Amino acid sequence: MTVTTVPSPNPASLPTPTRRRPQAITPAEGVRIAGVAGVAVILTALVFLATPLSGAFGSVVFAFAAFVALEVVDVSLRLDPQAAKDRTATILITGSAGVALVPLGFIVWYVVSKGIGGMHPGFFTKTLEEVGPLDPASAGGAEHAIIGSVEQVGLASLIATPLGILTAVYLSEYPGRLTRVVRFFVDSMSGIPSVVAGLFIYTLWVVRLEKGFSGLAAAMALSVLMLPTVARTAEEMLKLVPDGLRESSLALGAPKWRTVTSIVLPTARSGLITAGILGVARIAGETAPLLMTAFGTDSVNVNPTKGAQSSLPLFVYQRVRNAVPSQVARGWAGALVLILLVLTLFTVARLFGRVRKAA
Amino acid sequence: MNMTTTPAPPVSMIDPAVLPTGNGATLEARTVAAWFAEHQILDDISLAMPANSVTAIIGPSGCGKSTFLRVLNRMHELVPKSSLAGEVLLDGADVYGIGVRPAETRRHIGMVFQKPNPFPTMTIRENVLSGLKLAGIKNEGSNDDLVERCLDQAGLWREVKDRLGSAGGALSGGQQQRLCIARALAVSPRVLLMDEPCSALDPTSTLRIEETIRDIVGSVTIVIVTHNMQQAARVSDYTAFFLGDEGRPGTVVEFGPTSELFTAPNDPRTEDYINGRFG
Ligand SMILES: Nc1ncnc2c1ncn2[C@@H]1O[C@H](COP(=O)(O)OP(=O)(O)OP(=O)(O)O)[C@@H](O)[C@H]1O
Ligand SMILES: [Mg+2]
Repeated sequence: MTVTTVPSPNPASLPTPTRRRPQAITPAEGVRIAGVAGVAVILTALVFLATPLSGAFGSVVFAFAAFVALEVVDVSLRLDPQAAKDRTATILITGSAGVALVPLGFIVWYVVSKGIGGMHPGFFTKTLEEVGPLDPASAGGAEHAIIGSVEQVGLASLIATPLGILTAVYLSEYPGRLTRVVRFFVDSMSGIPSVVAGLFIYTLWVVRLEKGFSGLAAAMALSVLMLPTVARTAEEMLKLVPDGLRESSLALGAPKWRTVTSIVLPTARSGLITAGILGVARIAGETAPLLMTAFGTDSVNVNPTKGAQSSLPLFVYQRVRNAVPSQVARGWAGALVLILLVLTLFTVARLFGRVRKAA
Repeated sequence: MNMTTTPAPPVSMIDPAVLPTGNGATLEARTVAAWFAEHQILDDISLAMPANSVTAIIGPSGCGKSTFLRVLNRMHELVPKSSLAGEVLLDGADVYGIGVRPAETRRHIGMVFQKPNPFPTMTIRENVLSGLKLAGIKNEGSNDDLVERCLDQAGLWREVKDRLGSAGGALSGGQQQRLCIARALAVSPRVLLMDEPCSALDPTSTLRIEETIRDIVGSVTIVIVTHNMQQAARVSDYTAFFLGDEGRPGTVVEFGPTSELFTAPNDPRTEDYINGRFG
């Protein structure tokens, strides 16, 4: 074997190598993409001027479709078939993701633009108790509904998250004869229409046990809806924990329960937080079950165990049904607050999930 | 691999009787058999692994070496529908005896896996100490001393002493494996089972771990599964050759002092295997 020795030159005499990022979009490529986009826009303008087609939303969709089509044609003409296929797939997939985001962006934009008019500082600190049906939107607020929503969703999470995670632990860590049965029931539970969950609590708790309407009753109905989502998501998250970690823990002499509490659950922590978030997302906007359990009211009821309570979805539903514009404006503002509330919660949960334990 | 021309001399062929007596225990398998459902994997395995020695288990892939290790520390029974037969004696007491808790057995018979798997949510220090918490053991001395001693035994102390607080997963593969060895040592096991501990590592890390094995064997009995003949020859005092043919369960073909097994095997199949003619 011959060994070649590479003489090592004096490092100082070496020119600094130019750094490259082969995957980065070059200026020329940027210009080309901009060109294609420009052509798509011009094409759209021509089509919309020449034909009866009209509307802002339609033109955006048309321009987007035109851009994707032109880009696909362009790459197929310029590149060899393999590379063209690859680029086409990239464009189509990125395009689809963009299309999927359109309705979301549209809803957010719509709610913000409609809701911002009804927003004022008093919206968070006042109720509708002394507000007449024809008062302007600047009178009164949704304090009672915000308090109700926070309490009901909070209580429902307190009930459903531990139960859901325990169910997930049973399904994933203690498989046995009953596993399939339990999983089947959990899956069936996720198919329960929300109005049925409300009806169930209404018949059993509100009427039969004579407990009356309350935030707690609403929370129970919501937790019925939340439980399957949390349980099945959490189960998938626990399954992502590598078996090697469980075995290592057992091999150190840990009992099963301690392996679950000290290794499996902490390892799956951020996944379990996601499970909770999805559960909250499932119930935060529910309206139907609340009509039969919390019922709704125009004044603050801080006690969730007794008496009718409002909530943001109920508030929105009851305002928007009105013919009076000021009431409708309140409803939109309520919807905006609901979205902001859920968004804040998600952000906080994400941050909480990401924080790594320092030494 | 040319074992015939240069028979690798075992590093230490010390008579077990004069081995420095430490915490290690003798481990003896008696007529062990094992099944996954109806599929028999091991049959009639009897091996005596002397205290404070290194026993290597070699044999072709799929002959049941890992299964055998897992029978020794009661991990085999964790697989659904698995079963076993025979006895495993730890210093004379059957680990499958009535009233013996599996967790207790596993604490005394530690295990290092093929793939390094430090606990990802824990720091290096916490990883070393994890066994105490997991097994519910009280540490009489100071935790700092224990961490230093175990990491030192595992040959990792100098590399990590300034970053005990960083995540265990932030180490290189070889370092992670040594961290796993330190973790296993922290609960003072009497036997340490190692299932191909170096198969995912580079030659330097492998040598470091072999050094570690020779360093700790004074205080713990070691059973190591390896596919690397030189490694078996370098680190072990005894070697067992396992073989299982298509459809037939694995058995011990030959067991004896490593020097004899590698230089003058009794069975032609052993000779063929260590010379790389099959497997
Ligand atoms: N969980 C399991 N369920 C069913 N069969 C299994 C299971 N684990 C292993 N086996 C089978 O048992 C046999 C022995 O496996 P084992 O892992 O003990 O082999 P090995 O000697 O360690 O092999 P290798 O050298 O490749 O690690 C193999 O035929 C394998 O297919
Ligand atoms: Mg194996």
